[in-house]
Amino acid sequence: MTLTGLPRRVIREIVQLVFAVLITVLFGAPLVFVALNAGMDVPQAAEMRMALPESPQYLANLGEVIAARDGAVLRAFWNSSVITVSSIVILIVVGAMSGMVLQRRRGKAVTPIMFLVLAGLMVPPAVVPTIKLLQTLGIFKTLYSMVLIEVAINLPVTIVLYRAYMVSIPQEMDESALIEGASPWQLYWRIILPLVKPVTATVIVLSAVFIFNDFVHPLYFLPGAENVTVQLTLYNFMSRYATQWNLLFSNVLLISLPPLVAFIVFNKRIVAGVVAGAVKG
Amino acid sequence: MKKLLNNTYSYWFLVPAGLIYVTFFIAPTFMSFFFSLTRWTLFDWEFIGLENFIMFFQESSLKVGFRNTLFFATVTALSKVVLGFALGLVLTMGIRFTGFLRSIVFFPTILSIVAVGITFRRLMHPAHGAINRTLALFGISGPNWLGNVDIAMLSVSLVDVWRGVGIATVIFIAGMQAIPRDYYEAVSIDGGGFWRQVWHVTVPLSRPATNSVLLLAMIGGLRTFDLVWTMTGGGPGFSTDLIASIIYKQYQAGFYGLATAGNVILFFVVAAIAVPLFWFLNRKEVTL
Repeated sequence: MTLTGLPRRVIREIVQLVFAVLITVLFGAPLVFVALNAGMDVPQAAEMRMALPESPQYLANLGEVIAARDGAVLRAFWNSSVITVSSIVILIVVGAMSGMVLQRRRGKAVTPIMFLVLAGLMVPPAVVPTIKLLQTLGIFKTLYSMVLIEVAINLPVTIVLYRAYMVSIPQEMDESALIEGASPWQLYWRIILPLVKPVTATVIVLSAVFIFNDFVHPLYFLPGAENVTVQLTLYNFMSRYATQWNLLFSNVLLISLPPLVAFIVFNKRIVAGVVAGAVKG
Repeated sequence: MKKLLNNTYSYWFLVPAGLIYVTFFIAPTFMSFFFSLTRWTLFDWEFIGLENFIMFFQESSLKVGFRNTLFFATVTALSKVVLGFALGLVLTMGIRFTGFLRSIVFFPTILSIVAVGITFRRLMHPAHGAINRTLALFGISGPNWLGNVDIAMLSVSLVDVWRGVGIATVIFIAGMQAIPRDYYEAVSIDGGGFWRQVWHVTVPLSRPATNSVLLLAMIGGLRTFDLVWTMTGGGPGFSTDLIASIIYKQYQAGFYGLATAGNVILFFVVAAIAVPLFWFLNRKEVTL
């Protein structure tokens, strides 16, 4: 028995419950706020209350968001998906190759190359020179230049991840494949790439979250209404819907759905990926 | 065999990645060192020496960015370390709802930052925002979170901690789960209670996790742009302007040389803080 007269076990239960409620409210309330406001009408959303929508109009709001600016949101979803998927595919193929060579090879060039790779983990991209470069190459305001930039920005962490994992693959594996007559390319494509699948999963998850949610780089490097990406529609609508918060939150909800679904399906994988990306990077 | 292996792991494999990385990342970085010394219109440039940098250190609307950036990065990084450690500790003790709580703490980190910024702008509204309404229930009159020049930077930092503490937490959890039970038992046999176990086992053996969180949060904090930009646009006044938001403003205004100088300054600020920090933390790392 304790001071309060309750058994220790009961106090423990109560403390745990209070903690759980506190954390849930602290982290969950803003999400609930978005979910509720996305279904309100204009006057109710203006009140900023944490309340149930009086006359729920989720679909109507969603419809209006999608119809705005000739379907800018749909175009944005398409653009963002194209950029995200293409970047990830390139990242995997070229990142795994580099990780393999930079781990296996003992050469003088490896150290300086790794230095450049690690520098990319912290150095911020040079904005205006990149724009100038894209203009000079004549590829400014194109989706594929955005893809190449996303690849460049995400390459360092990708290479570091693949390189770290290569350590756990015994080199005897490579040697026996080579003795059996495999070419370097076959070794990479048939042996190494399938073996590094766990990292590939990590790279997919990390890059998908990063690139889909990327706001800064498309803001600078991909201007233009036809090139709009998901995060930029939201940003643009911020001024447009200054008085229609229900629509703004409807848009927020719509944009948060892909991460939400991904999170529910791949919860463990995402957490593991983020930890690996952070610790190794 | 050595020759065969060197032929196998040919540097040619580095060419695709290298080409993209050098063209779109390294080359612009080197270009920035040059163009930061110019008055630049994108079509034409005029060499003006260090004038852009002098401007950055003299003009009060630019200078403020340093202080804010350092404040923001330090406050958010330290908070993430402390809170992430505490949450990690509680969420590895085997309490009820652990799985759910881990998920809800982590979830904000994969949300769009723009969405988070918009939502908190609304929640932090001085008169009607949900935060001040809740505080009012307890008889506290909440501040004008984003409108008061003295606390706006702190408010944005708070939101960044809310958004980013989940990453810190999962990193700490991964680190804490790797600590063998025997260590705790050893302290316990010597008569050490919970807090002694935390202090003598969990804290020192979470050192690698602490280092990762600190470094990651520091670098991320110094480079932050999107959260501040969507929440305050650098205002009120220049009270929440960070180096990264000043770069964007100068870019928008067409001062490309000045914006690039800001970029170079950010480069050096990040390097000056991250490199020594990395070196210092790794030197003293405790190994399991």
